[in-house]
Amino acid sequence: MIAEIGHYALVLALALALVQSIVPAIGARRRDDTLMAVAGPTALAQFAFVGLAFVALTAGYVTSDFSVVNVFENSHSEMPLIYKFTSVWGNHEGSMLLWVLILSLFGALVAAFGTNLPSTLKANVLAVQSWIAAAFYLFILVTSNPFLRLAQAPMEGRDLNPILQDLGLAIHPPLLYIGYVGFSISFSFAIAALIEGRIDAAWARWVRPWTLAAWMCLTLGIAMGSYWAYYELGWGGFWFWDPVENASLMPWLAGTALLHSAVVMEKRNALKVWTILLAILTFSLSLMGTFLVRSGVLTSVHTFASDPTRGVFILAILVLFIGGGLALYAWRAPMLKQGGLFAPMSREGALVFNNLFLTAACATVFVGTLYPLALEVLTDEKISVGAPFFNLTFAPLFVPLLLVVPLGPLMPWKRGDLLAVVQRLMGAGIAALFAIAGTLAVTSGGPVLAALGVGLAAYVMVGSLTDFAERTGLLRLPLSTALTRARGLPRSAFGTMIAHFGLGVSLLGIVCAATWGTEKIVSLKPGATVSLRSYDLSFDGLVARQGPNYRETIAKFSVRQGGNVIGTMEPAKRSFQARQSSTTEAALLTRGASQLYLSLGDPGDDGSLAVRLYHKPLVLLIWIGTLIMFIGGGLSLSDRRLRIGAPKPARSKSTLQPAE
Amino acid sequence: MIRKQRRLVLIGSSVGVLALAAGLILYAMSSSIVFFNSPTDLADGKLAPGTAVRLGGLVKEGSVQRGANLAVRFEVTDGNRAIPVTFVGILPDLFREGQGVVTEGKMQSDGVFKADTVLAKHDENYMPKEVVDALKKQGRWEEGSGKPK
Repeated sequence: MIAEIGHYALVLALALALVQSIVPAIGARRRDDTLMAVAGPTALAQFAFVGLAFVALTAGYVTSDFSVVNVFENSHSEMPLIYKFTSVWGNHEGSMLLWVLILSLFGALVAAFGTNLPSTLKANVLAVQSWIAAAFYLFILVTSNPFLRLAQAPMEGRDLNPILQDLGLAIHPPLLYIGYVGFSISFSFAIAALIEGRIDAAWARWVRPWTLAAWMCLTLGIAMGSYWAYYELGWGGFWFWDPVENASLMPWLAGTALLHSAVVMEKRNALKVWTILLAILTFSLSLMGTFLVRSGVLTSVHTFASDPTRGVFILAILVLFIGGGLALYAWRAPMLKQGGLFAPMSREGALVFNNLFLTAACATVFVGTLYPLALEVLTDEKISVGAPFFNLTFAPLFVPLLLVVPLGPLMPWKRGDLLAVVQRLMGAGIAALFAIAGTLAVTSGGPVLAALGVGLAAYVMVGSLTDFAERTGLLRLPLSTALTRARGLPRSAFGTMIAHFGLGVSLLGIVCAATWGTEKIVSLKPGATVSLRSYDLSFDGLVARQGPNYRETIAKFSVRQGGNVIGTMEPAKRSFQARQSSTTEAALLTRGASQLYLSLGDPGDDGSLAVRLYHKPLVLLIWIGTLIMFIGGGLSLSDRRLRIGAPKPARSKSTLQPAE
Repeated sequence: MIRKQRRLVLIGSSVGVLALAAGLILYAMSSSIVFFNSPTDLADGKLAPGTAVRLGGLVKEGSVQRGANLAVRFEVTDGNRAIPVTFVGILPDLFREGQGVVTEGKMQSDGVFKADTVLAKHDENYMPKEVVDALKKQGRWEEGSGKPK
């Protein structure tokens, strides 16, 4: 019964979405307030119905109702309760339901909090949002219905893929989806602006908080996914340039560019046409990510099932929205009026530089990800494009970008003096030189490129703080004056500083873990000891344990440094009866920001055990840096300017363009 | 600077960055791409020894031999030909006889494939797409069931 309610709620949501797609748009065209006012309540009701459908599916999982196919295929009655909740989105149908839940949530948020938007813009935005929603409801109902029943309910379910039974996975998809789907708001705003044929600085101010919120969640979602892969897949790597990872990186790169170009538009009324294009492209890349991951074009852990009709359906949605969006852009964008002028050496110029390099980096990832697919379709030749390709293309494009990161906030708007700004970055430059010299000294002339990377990270970190130090007079004025001044700074300035600082922290982690990480693969007998760096690990023996829905063999290790025991590590192999499969649970020992990583291989015939041991210096900084970026975004989001909302735009002549 | 010059600077730098990106892509494409081969492709000896390639197929039943110090030797087959593979290290969780596998490494002059990596799989039902296609070519793939014959 509950599953049927969920199914019915989803059908109702589709009906509401169809109404919301058409009525407010007509209202906006005729300037009819009654028709436009339909959008708000329908958006809220849509969210309520999709929420109901989601709750219904969750109820099926929690009560282990195996008469529902989806629950039968992905759950097990003995699974811990937390994984019963998370397995709702650990499969294709459920994850698509989560997708539309977040989509309708964003629509409802615009309806609820967009009270200061002009009524026509709000009506158009909600209508466009509803087009996307309607397409995806239809996709779920036609090809991926999670509420299908089995005629005869089995006694037991088939269990969730063991590798997905993990807490990291509980958080990763919702965050990633909030990011992906959040960009749909920027898209809807862009399309609505094109439909209305007018766009001004206020538009950017409305779009920015949504884009920022989406960007924050995407940042954290990607980081979570990377940390999950790091400890769950047992290879100790944090980024594999896997097509599925690239699918999430591309919207992030484009979204980061959008975030920065929207600043120029808001402050200087320039780069309007480009910002609109970026908004369309960012969401297009999110859609493409969904297509790549969900259609079965790529095989990976994310491809739960490959059913060709689904791929074709998503491809149709992709073509419709990307093609339609770009066609509308080509038609309407030339009518938009160009805004403020600026010299190449200015903050605008620095932000354009940021945009150019981010989009170019995004383009190289795009080519590297899609070229093998295209080549296979066209010539039947199979190739793999891996890390070497991306290291050669992505890294050279990111280095100039990182060099300019501290420069941007120090540049004045309109026209700046490069020399003066470079002088102000002296401190950062000196810090970088010290970092390089220090690294070379400590590693006794270790890889020069890596030392330069450490220098670059130090430069980005210190450089990001330079603006703050100058504006508050820190180190120059008495501390109390500096504090008073700091209190007066807008939160968005803090946000910029902190997010840029986080970027430097992540870079430091990546460079250190990738360069100075050490690895050892050995075969051990109980009682034997293996040493790596200053750590000695002794293998104390094997212990068997029964988990809720698995059996595991734990290898006990005690870790010593200089003769003193500093901890124990217990890597394990789990075997899941329901799926007849096993997973390797790596053990981690954190020392500061560095980690020891121990993962198990196969037991040999003579009672020995193969183990893989890594020392990963400063590896945690990678994820701490993304967390700092997230916090920076949050501070910027809480800025008074965005929180209170924008003032009404000038209803006067010059900045506005007539619709027709 | 007048408006036109400013626009020229903007367009010029955009083209410059795009050209740089295109150049990097072309350079990387020529040096860091790895081709996929089936055992039949490799057995025919079309490939010069020492080129890094991917080899995919099924792990031949009864072919896995474990040596000392984590050395492993097994054969990868597509039903037509089988290639002996050597590897030193830890095999992924789902490495089993009769299962699909993708390895990356170099063919040696003695006809043995020396693998640097054996790719892990995420799921017991997952069969690398390259392997499926290689098996299809040899008529060893059962359509519909998603399993080798």
